[in-house]
Amino acid sequence: MLKDITLGQYYQTESVIHRLDPRVKLIGTIAYILSLFLINKIQGYIVAILFLALVIRLSKVPFKFMVKGMKAILFLLLLTVAFNLFLTPGEVLVQIWKLTITKEGLKLAVLMAVRLTFLIIGSSVMTLTTTPNHLTDGMEKLMKPLRKIRVPVHEIAMMMSIALRFIPILMEETDKIMKAQIARGADFESGNLIKKAKALIPLLVPLFISAFRRANDLAMAMEARCYRGGEYRTKMKPLLYQRADRISYLVILIYLILCFGLGR
Amino acid sequence: MSLILENVSHIYGEDTDMVVAALKEVNLEIPDGQFIGLIGHTGSGKSTLIQHLNGLLQPTKGTIYFNGQDINEKSYNRKELRSKVGLVFQYPEHQLFEVTVFQDVCFGPKNLGLEQKEVEMRAYKALKQAGVKEELFYHSPFDLSGGQKRRVAIAGVLAMEPQVLILDEPTAGLDPAGRDEILGQIKKLQKETKITVILVSHSMEDVAEYVDRIIVMNRGEVLFDDMPKEVFKEYKKLEEVGLAAPQVTYIMNSFIKEGFLTSSEATTIQEAKEEILSFLKKKKG
Repeated sequence: MLKDITLGQYYQTESVIHRLDPRVKLIGTIAYILSLFLINKIQGYIVAILFLALVIRLSKVPFKFMVKGMKAILFLLLLTVAFNLFLTPGEVLVQIWKLTITKEGLKLAVLMAVRLTFLIIGSSVMTLTTTPNHLTDGMEKLMKPLRKIRVPVHEIAMMMSIALRFIPILMEETDKIMKAQIARGADFESGNLIKKAKALIPLLVPLFISAFRRANDLAMAMEARCYRGGEYRTKMKPLLYQRADRISYLVILIYLILCFGLGR
Repeated sequence: MSLILENVSHIYGEDTDMVVAALKEVNLEIPDGQFIGLIGHTGSGKSTLIQHLNGLLQPTKGTIYFNGQDINEKSYNRKELRSKVGLVFQYPEHQLFEVTVFQDVCFGPKNLGLEQKEVEMRAYKALKQAGVKEELFYHSPFDLSGGQKRRVAIAGVLAMEPQVLILDEPTAGLDPAGRDEILGQIKKLQKETKITVILVSHSMEDVAEYVDRIIVMNRGEVLFDDMPKEVFKEYKKLEEVGLAAPQVTYIMNSFIKEGFLTSSEATTIQEAKEEILSFLKKKKG
């Protein structure tokens, strides 16, 4: 039932992209997303597509996996496109009843669709090739300077990695409880909105209880191992830049120059 | 009146790289009133198999008949099926959610659309059958002990008055006393109501005493399907797939090897005791 969500899931395989330092992937993704919103010429987008295609190819993750993640946000995408298409004032192209499509609206809708699609696929590449733990490690290291202004960087990173770690566990749990209640004759599908919301109680109550129980157990286990925050804590595998990482930074830089050179 | 599985296969993750065949061409016939032990190692496909029996999972290939009707046909009433084939999942206490024990047990029959009076009568009966003490009926299910919670959860399925009751590792995480109590209660229930019971476990020791028939699963296939004493004769093969016969079987086999006994049919300690005593008597006389 819930197995279709691939957004934010890790795809296990051996590739150059998988081995990269998470900081490179994070900065690369942010740079890529920024570039998508700053370029506005067709040449720029061609560069962006080629770059993404290259990265996907190198990552060895099947393309259909990334498209699968798109399904989850398809509705949002369509909504954005529809709003842009119908509500942008300008030169009228077509008019059906009260809905008007303008030239500017059409242009904006296509632009938004392209931007959102590539944004999702681009960030899926990152999450599909980086384990959640690795990702939060990278974030922690990148945000380290913020500690000077008393941002609890380590704590934030730890919370994030725990939250991410728990997503698959809770999904599995949801599936199990759902099945157990269906076996007792529960019906999650039919009825109107209120009935459907009420039907969720037998699912949500056990789910919350189990989440609290797990949180309790985890806190206990961490305390038993003398965990007390980030102060003086060392890492078993500290993040260190390798040759491939430096080359990747260079590639990202070249991409940005090309993008802005051609696309603005 | 029975459950029949015909060439049932189930494949997980068919359109991904991680294809797993959980069931391969399973053929089974489960007549009414039998007490069956379904045994297999972790990942042998036993949990997948039982979820097919009440229509929670659909087979990739093959057909399942309940009382002669194909349960995966579009027009088949699966909600009704689920009331007739009751499934108690592993750690069923994790499904409790109501304010009181009694209300929680009412959930099942209420979903069947029965009248309030009938619902309450069934809940009362089920709680009694599962061995829950009356003074606990109006407590919160979350205040009970582990063993009591499990009884309440089992009662929650019993209240639907199923013809077939499937229990997935009902004794997991219980102490020996709790285990014997629950299994004894289930045996008693089976004797009184003559319903079919399928007990899923990975331990022969647990089920040997109670069941009439053992189905052993290995890697999605049925390895053995016979009476307990016949299955235990194959203890060497059972060991190969990571299972073992009850300890009694091993003891009796070493007796035979050493020449103390000529043959043995014992599957429980009680039977073994009788065999040894009668052998000793014969020797004396």
